[in-house]
Amino acid sequence: MATVELRFSALPEHVRTARLVAAAVARRAGVDEAVLDEVRLAVGEACSRAVGLHQSAGITAPVKVQLVEEEKQFSIEVGDEAPRSSPGGGASGSAGEDVETEEDEMGLAVISGLVDDVEVTAGEHGGQIRMTWPTTPTTAVIS
Amino acid sequence: MDLSLSTRTVGDRTVVEVGGEIDVYTAPKLREQLVELVNDGSFHLVVDMEGVDFLDSTGLGVLVGGLKRVRAHEGSLRLVCNQERILKIFRITGLTKVFPIHTSVEEAVAATD
Repeated sequence: MATVELRFSALPEHVRTARLVAAAVARRAGVDEAVLDEVRLAVGEACSRAVGLHQSAGITAPVKVQLVEEEKQFSIEVGDEAPRSSPGGGASGSAGEDVETEEDEMGLAVISGLVDDVEVTAGEHGGQIRMTWPTTPTTAVIS
Repeated sequence: MDLSLSTRTVGDRTVVEVGGEIDVYTAPKLREQLVELVNDGSFHLVVDMEGVDFLDSTGLGVLVGGLKRVRAHEGSLRLVCNQERILKIFRITGLTKVFPIHTSVEEAVAATD
């Protein structure tokens, strides 16, 4: 089970909330402070992409974010419900679609540039981006 | 934090001071601002990002769109940024080769190619 699970309507204004929650849970899980900026950016990219996919496909279901704390690692899974056709199988070609594809690819480029351990899957029922960071055991610091 | 935008003219350059977070929600406001400036005839833009706390690929897309627009009028779009975490995003996307990035507004305003 996820340590924290978040579902939000596929609207751009909620992506910031997802970033803040993810960064807070990552910090608690022991993700290095220096990496938290990357966590925030990567989860934001994944959520923005999911929101875009839901909006362009007219899907009313929420975007799902699972924050999973495990031994020595912390994972974030961002799931969308936008069905994908087989690669190259879909009819495309309009300028609008090209722009969306470009933005989608830029988001993925940022994620893969930031996160070493990332897994992107997609199928007819939707897609998922799973990103994992190592954690260090939290030491009790009382200041 | 939301996005804040203010513009001022320095010589033939228009400085756009951006503050806050540029993401999928706020980027359209920045896009509108850049489009409006170009439509009003400001083709030499300096985008001051020193007050930006967060930038994602949607924001990068808007900046690239702005660059395309000013270039269509033989203009320029220069960035001012010293923040490592923002510069990193330009580096991993290869956009440091696309945008001239300066350390101060003064330097960006004075710069010619």
